[in-house]
Amino acid sequence: MGMIHDIWRYRHFIVSSVHSELATRFVRSRLGGLWMIVQPLAQVLMYALILSAVLSAKLPGMEDTRFAYAVYLLAGIAGWSLFSEVVGRSARVFIENAELMKKMVFPRICLPLIVAGTALVNHAFLFAAAFLVFVALGHPPQADLAWLPMVVLVNLGLAMGLGLVLGVFNVFVRDVGQLVDLALQYGFWFTPIVYMPQILPENIRFLLQFNPLYWVVTGYQNILVFHAPPAPGGLALVAALAALFLLAALRLFRRAAPEMVDVL
Amino acid sequence: MNTSILDVMGLEKCFHSYARERHRFMAWIGLGKQGPGAKKVLENISFRIAPGEAVGVIGENGAGKSTLLKLIAGTMRPTRGTIRVDGTVSAILELGMGFNGEFTGRRNAYHAAALLGFSRADAGGALEEICRFSELGGHFDQPVRTYSSGMRMRLAFSVATARRPDILIVDEALSVGDAYFQHKCMQRIRAFREAGTALLFVSHSQHALRMLCSRGLLLEHGRLVMDADAASVIDYYRAATVRKCEINEPGDPGSRLEGLPPVTPERQARTVLSRGTVEELSVDMLFDGDALRSGDWLTIRIRARFSGHYPEPHAGIGVRNALGVVIYEANTYTLGCASGPVAAGRLFTAAFRFRCDLFPDTYELMIGLADTGYDKDAFERSLFFDQAFRIFEVLPGVDTGWTGLYNLRPRAEVHL
Repeated sequence: MGMIHDIWRYRHFIVSSVHSELATRFVRSRLGGLWMIVQPLAQVLMYALILSAVLSAKLPGMEDTRFAYAVYLLAGIAGWSLFSEVVGRSARVFIENAELMKKMVFPRICLPLIVAGTALVNHAFLFAAAFLVFVALGHPPQADLAWLPMVVLVNLGLAMGLGLVLGVFNVFVRDVGQLVDLALQYGFWFTPIVYMPQILPENIRFLLQFNPLYWVVTGYQNILVFHAPPAPGGLALVAALAALFLLAALRLFRRAAPEMVDVL
Repeated sequence: MNTSILDVMGLEKCFHSYARERHRFMAWIGLGKQGPGAKKVLENISFRIAPGEAVGVIGENGAGKSTLLKLIAGTMRPTRGTIRVDGTVSAILELGMGFNGEFTGRRNAYHAAALLGFSRADAGGALEEICRFSELGGHFDQPVRTYSSGMRMRLAFSVATARRPDILIVDEALSVGDAYFQHKCMQRIRAFREAGTALLFVSHSQHALRMLCSRGLLLEHGRLVMDADAASVIDYYRAATVRKCEINEPGDPGSRLEGLPPVTPERQARTVLSRGTVEELSVDMLFDGDALRSGDWLTIRIRARFSGHYPEPHAGIGVRNALGVVIYEANTYTLGCASGPVAAGRLFTAAFRFRCDLFPDTYELMIGLADTGYDKDAFERSLFFDQAFRIFEVLPGVDTGWTGLYNLRPRAEVHL
């Protein structure tokens, strides 16, 4: 409870930090805040135009929909990038803010929240760009979109829980940070983002279901590409896992926080 | 009655090192034992500070000053003991912490205020005050990367002191910036103190410590070795530093620090560095007339007998005013006098004769004896060192048409 009170008291700091993080990227550019939407827009356009129009990549089973593969790719990348940004940056957040933690008194839990907040805003802009492009290309979103916040929430919860655990361990054993990078690179290819699960050989395809991100990413894909709700069982399991991670992470964080400044 | 604003009791800080980091993780869940290497950086520190008190924390690098301040500020947790703070703590441990050069001073000030836990309304009000106090004018809305280091310091100090804390912790940081703004900072700190803020100040500048602090805490290897008035603690620290600089030969009895009764009632302690071999020491101040007057010729004669043989003893004098400003300090080695071997029991005499053009006031006479000079101003052995050997008074002399510290005796002319 004390932690929630702390977070509330420092909400201006969190909001101000998220704003700073986003604003530093384009503070001296002419377009300024417009880059926030131009960059994801360019990314989405690249998928839509190059992959679908030029390479004419077709999704098996959805050959009649012209931009299906582009939407598929975008859904997977969006889900994955939120996860990997939050995990990757949370793993480093205490080390990167070592000086601040040594010199200033503030609730340390703000730091991972700033990471999550920044990633979430980026995520939102990517979706905004995607909707713009796909509406323009005659691919309007459907009612299943109502599921999206749920999937995003589970994704974010899982990433924050895992990221906080890794972030705490990384303070004491710096190899954790390196391992996280490697694991994220492998994880990208072990999740059906650029490929369909069906193309995997039968004997290894079953392994996918042990990857929590498989359920998250297919959730995004179901909603955005196949206009279907996410697989409820799988997502519920991942949600439970996320809750477990978050609880463990908070306990670990409480235990470790006083010692962190000693070794930073 | 309990009037302290800060109450530190039995404070101890250990940095645990574990043979393997996994032992640390196991200790968290209650498994395994504590690592073998617990490095104690602070041990059994207890003191209280009253509202409005200004306390200097003195000690060598690595004595535990920064750790102590971090513990009081709250960025670190003590291993044992308690710190009871009655109110808010603001620490100026590093000015300009976390400023983002790309953003304006205003934006940075707002962010820093948010980091200090200000609400949006408070931060808004504070911004005007920060803008006014820092006197950055139009620069306040310019990116911080265009600031000079002095301007950054203005902004940082203004932010850190936007709200009056109950305890203000100031590290060296304050020494940057122009003289005008430094003066302004000191005034604000003084105003805070009058309103009840206790000040904890860390500096290596003896002058700044004496100007700002009434009390001193001396830390040595993580222990609080002295807690007295600032002047006494600084003298002790300086004597201890002199002692560390000497080269001790094997078999040579080392010097020691002795506590003697202070020469002024305001002082709580007087520390003299001595080696037992100084058997007899007398210092005479010789001048004509019944009292020393500004402009009189003065001879300071030092006579000593040693119980051992010394190849090249030298004597030194120094004069300090009541604020601790050293007006003059020199010795027969730095002044180029040749010295020679002095056998045990033989009389050693040194004399300094000068025109005492000090402004009428009371002064402290520093006396030192050392053996075998090397380099510019160092000695192999220090034999005796007392920074407040005697208090002497200089009365107004014939020449009264001046003020300051020392009579420069200029030849003044007017041409029309």
